[in-house]
Amino acid sequence: MTIASDDPRVAAAAAPPPSVPPAPATAARRRRSRLTRNRWGYAYVAPFFLLFAAFSLYPFLYTAYISLHDVRLSDLDGAVFVGFGNYTELLQDEFFWNAARNTLTIGILSTVPQLAIALGLAHLLNYRLRGRTFFRVAMLMPYATSIAAATLVFAQLFGHDYGLINTLLEAVGFDRIDWESGSWTSQIAISVIVTWRWTGYNALIYLAAMQAIPNDLYEAATLDGASRWKQFVHVTIPALRPTILFTIVVSTIGAVQLFGEPLLFSGNGMTNGGVSNQYQTLGLLMYDQGWTNFRLGQAAATAWTMFLIILVVVGVYGLIARRRARAER
Amino acid sequence: MTTLASAPEQTATAPAATPTRTRRRGARKVTSAGPLTHVLLVLTAFLSVFPLYWTAVAASKTNAELAGTPPPFLPDADLFTNIGRAMEEAPIGLAIVNSVIVAGCITVGTVLCSTLAGFAFAKLRFRGNKTLLGLVIGTMMVPTQLAIIPLFILIAQLQWVDHLQAVVLPTLVSAFGVFFMRQFLSQALPDELLEAARVDGASTMRTFWSVVVPVARPAMAVLAMLTFLTAWNDFFWPIIALTSENPTVQVALAGLGGGYVPDTAVIMAGTLVGTLPVLVVFVVLGKQIVGGIMQGAVKG
Repeated sequence: MTIASDDPRVAAAAAPPPSVPPAPATAARRRRSRLTRNRWGYAYVAPFFLLFAAFSLYPFLYTAYISLHDVRLSDLDGAVFVGFGNYTELLQDEFFWNAARNTLTIGILSTVPQLAIALGLAHLLNYRLRGRTFFRVAMLMPYATSIAAATLVFAQLFGHDYGLINTLLEAVGFDRIDWESGSWTSQIAISVIVTWRWTGYNALIYLAAMQAIPNDLYEAATLDGASRWKQFVHVTIPALRPTILFTIVVSTIGAVQLFGEPLLFSGNGMTNGGVSNQYQTLGLLMYDQGWTNFRLGQAAATAWTMFLIILVVVGVYGLIARRRARAER
Repeated sequence: MTTLASAPEQTATAPAATPTRTRRRGARKVTSAGPLTHVLLVLTAFLSVFPLYWTAVAASKTNAELAGTPPPFLPDADLFTNIGRAMEEAPIGLAIVNSVIVAGCITVGTVLCSTLAGFAFAKLRFRGNKTLLGLVIGTMMVPTQLAIIPLFILIAQLQWVDHLQAVVLPTLVSAFGVFFMRQFLSQALPDELLEAARVDGASTMRTFWSVVVPVARPAMAVLAMLTFLTAWNDFFWPIIALTSENPTVQVALAGLGGGYVPDTAVIMAGTLVGTLPVLVVFVVLGKQIVGGIMQGAVKG
């Protein structure tokens, strides 16, 4: 690995190459440990970075290599170089654009309500409260539930004929909805699963950040006669901005990769995301290309495209955050 | 939200007034929750827990019973019959054992690697440490999808498909763990303690085991709980690396929901059995897990 040479200072320094983890300490070396202590750092990070090199870095680069080849799952050794062919094909593929649209809408439908509700919940949890621990643990139960379990349960709840949600809708005078087959309805249902699993978790993150806000700020605001709502908008939200940005980034990364929920929501194990691909996401499309159609090269191109989407979106968030921070200064 | 609907705005009086701090102290934090706050929180807690409870109800009813008006709200004895049928349809017993092994190995390995690297990044100065830490944080943005094709080819060549090490090894890499331990140790571990150990002539390894680890223990416990939970619930890579011949719980559940079992009650019974172990652990350790997530949030 090129760990050390990434740092320009290393090239300039005359020090011996530091990238070799030291051998187990001998007596002489132990006595010198004051001088060489800093080099032990490499030994400590070595286990992590060895695993990282083997199971992350190497696969990332190899995925890039595969994405430039036509590789079939049925014939792994018969790779044919196709340049950017997989990428151009992807950009002309209506399934790709459909999946990209679905990923975007499900992403918005799940992330925005999830974080807004979490913010409100955190505010409520921040009051002096009896049974604090109970509420916090209860709200975190969905986070402890796996994607598979949550999706199977919600697929049942959203079922057309026997689902509780339709039963309740009918009881109050609405028609039964065929959640799975509609484009909007299926995407709403999937977003509900994501929202259910993550809202409590994000609420706790916001709550932790709220508790770190110095009380003086609220005292000053109270003295200025600011109402509770004004305090929330002008004290709490600005103080929480870094945390909010953090949760938006994390939720976005999760939303781009969404896979398990649309896979299991169909109830038939198919990778097409509904009969008219109405809820096929990019993550599901990639799996479909690789493991249903055996086209690993195409799937690798989709994976790299997903990574680029994440980089661009996170970069845009960063720019917006920086511009806001500058505007306020 | 009525909790916010108190004091109408009083303008212009305040700026001139000198703060009478002592009397107004803690204007907000000591405010007790009103009735509406309680109602909203109870509602949220209900919505959070109800789907899990409903799993038990749906696991004991036929479709026709579920669709009745009013719908049933208590499970009955058929629950156990259906659990038995689910265990026949999918190897859930084996899956639970496998999940314990997989999540256990991942937890031990991750906590160890993360504590070692987190300590180095927090306290040791070595060339390139900033670059390396940046690399660690950067990997949190990389989607799982980017690694799985080469990993699949790798385990296919090693003939590890359906073997548990195929799931354990790639999952040991946790950038979050390294970052979490670094944040904790850079605050919790005083430099003087390391200095003292060095003056006493303790080797670096010795220092790690008898100085760093005791200090790191609470954070290691939190990381262990979170890692175990994540590993138990991990979905994407396990369903590629394993089949229903030798599944983890999530792989078994994916198979159960894959369309060959026509009876919803059986699917729900399997879901219940596969989820119950982790929910029980969660109820027991819930307070600590909540604390850990909040602690990680502030430091991070």
